[in-house]
Amino acid sequence: MSPDQSNPMKENQGLVAFQLSKAFGENLVLQDVSLIFQRGKVHAVIGENGAGKSTLMKILGGYQLPSSGTLALDGKVLHFTGPKEAEALGIVLVHQEILLAPHLTVAENIFLGRELRIGPFVDDETMNAKASALLSNLGSSLDPRARVENLTIANRQIAQIARALSGRHDFIIFDEPTAALTPVESEAVFTVIQNLKDQNCGIIYISHKLDEVKRLADTVSVLRDGKLVAQQPANKLKAVDMAHLMVGRELGALYPPKVIRTNSEVALQVENLIVPPSLNNANFVLHKGEILGFAGLIGAGRTELFEGLLGLRPATGRVSLGDKFNSVFSSVAAAAKAGLAYVTEDRKGKGLLLNLELTPNLTLSTLQQFTNAGFIQHRLELAALDVAFSRYDIRAKSHDLDAGRLSGGNQQKLLLAKTLQADPSIIIIDEPTRGVDIGAKKQIYELIASLARSGKSIIVISSEMPELIGLCHRIVVMHRSQLVGTLEGSDINERKIVTLATGTEKQAA
Amino acid sequence: MNFAIKNQFSLKHAAPFIALIGLILLGSLVNPHFLSYSNLIQNVATRSSFIAIIAIGATFVMAGGGLDLSVGSMAAFTAGTMILFLTANEQDAGAGIIALSMLLALAVGLACGLFNGLVITLGRIEPFIATLGSMVILRSLFTYLANGGSLSISPALKEIYAPVYEGSFLGIPIPLLSILGVGAVAAVLLYKTPFGRHVIAVGSNEDVARYSGVSLSRVKVLTYMIQGLCVGVAVILYVPRLGSANSATGLYWELQAITAVVVGGTLLKGGQGRIWGTIAGAFFLEIIGNILTLSNVNVYLIGAVQGVIIIIAMLIQRGINRR
Repeated sequence: MSPDQSNPMKENQGLVAFQLSKAFGENLVLQDVSLIFQRGKVHAVIGENGAGKSTLMKILGGYQLPSSGTLALDGKVLHFTGPKEAEALGIVLVHQEILLAPHLTVAENIFLGRELRIGPFVDDETMNAKASALLSNLGSSLDPRARVENLTIANRQIAQIARALSGRHDFIIFDEPTAALTPVESEAVFTVIQNLKDQNCGIIYISHKLDEVKRLADTVSVLRDGKLVAQQPANKLKAVDMAHLMVGRELGALYPPKVIRTNSEVALQVENLIVPPSLNNANFVLHKGEILGFAGLIGAGRTELFEGLLGLRPATGRVSLGDKFNSVFSSVAAAAKAGLAYVTEDRKGKGLLLNLELTPNLTLSTLQQFTNAGFIQHRLELAALDVAFSRYDIRAKSHDLDAGRLSGGNQQKLLLAKTLQADPSIIIIDEPTRGVDIGAKKQIYELIASLARSGKSIIVISSEMPELIGLCHRIVVMHRSQLVGTLEGSDINERKIVTLATGTEKQAA
Repeated sequence: MNFAIKNQFSLKHAAPFIALIGLILLGSLVNPHFLSYSNLIQNVATRSSFIAIIAIGATFVMAGGGLDLSVGSMAAFTAGTMILFLTANEQDAGAGIIALSMLLALAVGLACGLFNGLVITLGRIEPFIATLGSMVILRSLFTYLANGGSLSISPALKEIYAPVYEGSFLGIPIPLLSILGVGAVAAVLLYKTPFGRHVIAVGSNEDVARYSGVSLSRVKVLTYMIQGLCVGVAVILYVPRLGSANSATGLYWELQAITAVVVGGTLLKGGQGRIWGTIAGAFFLEIIGNILTLSNVNVYLIGAVQGVIIIIAMLIQRGINRR
């Protein structure tokens, strides 16, 4: 412990983090961060992916221990061994993912695992009444008897918050509570936060959405690469200033040099694409040999756009590949026939068969290549796996491992190998490096660049702005189900993307 | 290649066969007559043919993540239709009519499977519920055809048809040959064709299959049609055995088929299919009954003992899979 800890620890009321550091192996994800969270205030913590926000939150919520540094509550030093202890002291974490049983009612979910009883029987009446009081206290008129599956995503979020707040709650950590919500839906969450603030709770608010932060927060702290780089009253910061503070990473050699495109031939033209309710009327062009980025916040409609284009969701629109005009593709198979391939962002849920071996995963989309007179030639499949291992540097202890046993980076490489097995001319890659270590990231970037150099046309959807900036020739930015701008050349920078993606362009001007 | 991992996998694959061999050894200790050709081949293997062949079809359905509860009623209905057709063409009794009736059985089975598949895919109804419905429908239709009783073919027809069940080729009974033949075709279909690979993919994770360009509806409907076809083959062997069908025909066959499939190592939740394991599973079930009969266990208790042994077999298998 630090010798001068007495100072901030004892003199400050509220939740105090003092010189917190956290290392995973040699990887320092949080470095010497000191913050004070006060009751009755909303304190926003912002930063890019990997800046250390979630680690900080997990330490505050008792889910992880800091490698060094101290936590204190109202002058008393805390030593958590688990989230239960933090909750007992009134520090609760509202998770980003919705963790509710869909077939149960709101009240049943709120009291799940700690049901109120009369003798051996559950006391639905009291639970409903208490849930109702809890909800109205949050400023919500949600019916505690409603089944969660019938609720909108926003109301599920409210129910989740109510569940987190059913015990003592002095400090509440919100982890991107509006990530999956539309701007209109988010209002309900803002009301809840305002109510909690008025009840003198301390709010720790984590979000990518800078306009929300600007609106809700009293204080804004900015993390970058695990360090606290700024802390200012929210009324002194514009959203664009926040974006400035978040930026500042050395892109360095992580990204291969961009090749200047000389070919202006159109590979794909999309007109009037509508994917209800996630996308209004998208129009864009992809050139041959181009890497086109799609930026935007979670829920802006990026994934939905391409799932609609490929027949994975109901959609309408006009698609042209070279001189052929079509409506949207009826299925993934139809798109593949036309030379389009899509790499899903959900590698474990939609990309790979985790309980099957590597070969069936590699060849699933392209089995016809491996047949002779209608029968699969296992020999050809194994040869293809060998090629994929060396071409994409997939590392596995054995060739007959289940795909689920590979590391995230190797799974991603296998998924890319599977997609490229069809030799598509247009490749749409959704979150190419999500959950992938830095070494594999670099290899994936190099692969994408080399595919483009060889004349393939590539679309990269990503929530990591440095990735888009480092890779793409042009970047389309989406905001609230719309394409709001296309950046090119020297216009490609993080500030411009953030202003477009958060809808703050008026303030920037 | 890493042999440690390879060995672990093969133990998983071999488990049903090891259990079968263990049971055969046990049987030979219990009764010296057990291992004889007339008992093991002519009796046990022949009698297990209906369940074995139906269970081969069920392997496709279950590997693809589905379930078919209607196979027992489907067998009864198909047998009933076949017998009515034979009886109606009594005057032309001969190999030609028998052959035609066989085609009819296959067609009826195929049509029933198509119906199940379409209800499940186009109607988006859970396989359990959809096939529970067709199970009741088909049983009722059979009872209607049989007017509440039984349906039989004439002795003359039965005499022509009987060799299909009772005959043998090179000393191997035709029902056993049928099991092996259907098994071989099924194994090639499941392990060696893109369709078979797609069945496994759909059973393993429908979303992944869909995102990989596999047509879920097509694959699912085909598995139920294969199931129907297998029921047709089983009925072709069943009708000449007694020459009749009654309310007991096909009763609980769905449960026995599902048990054979699961004992054989196919996962109930899909994503894995073991054709030869299923056949071993069907033999396993029949042999348990046979050993119990030979060792003079009270006939009313045979079912209970069978059930206990199946549960023990599954517990052992789970232990192996968890390693």
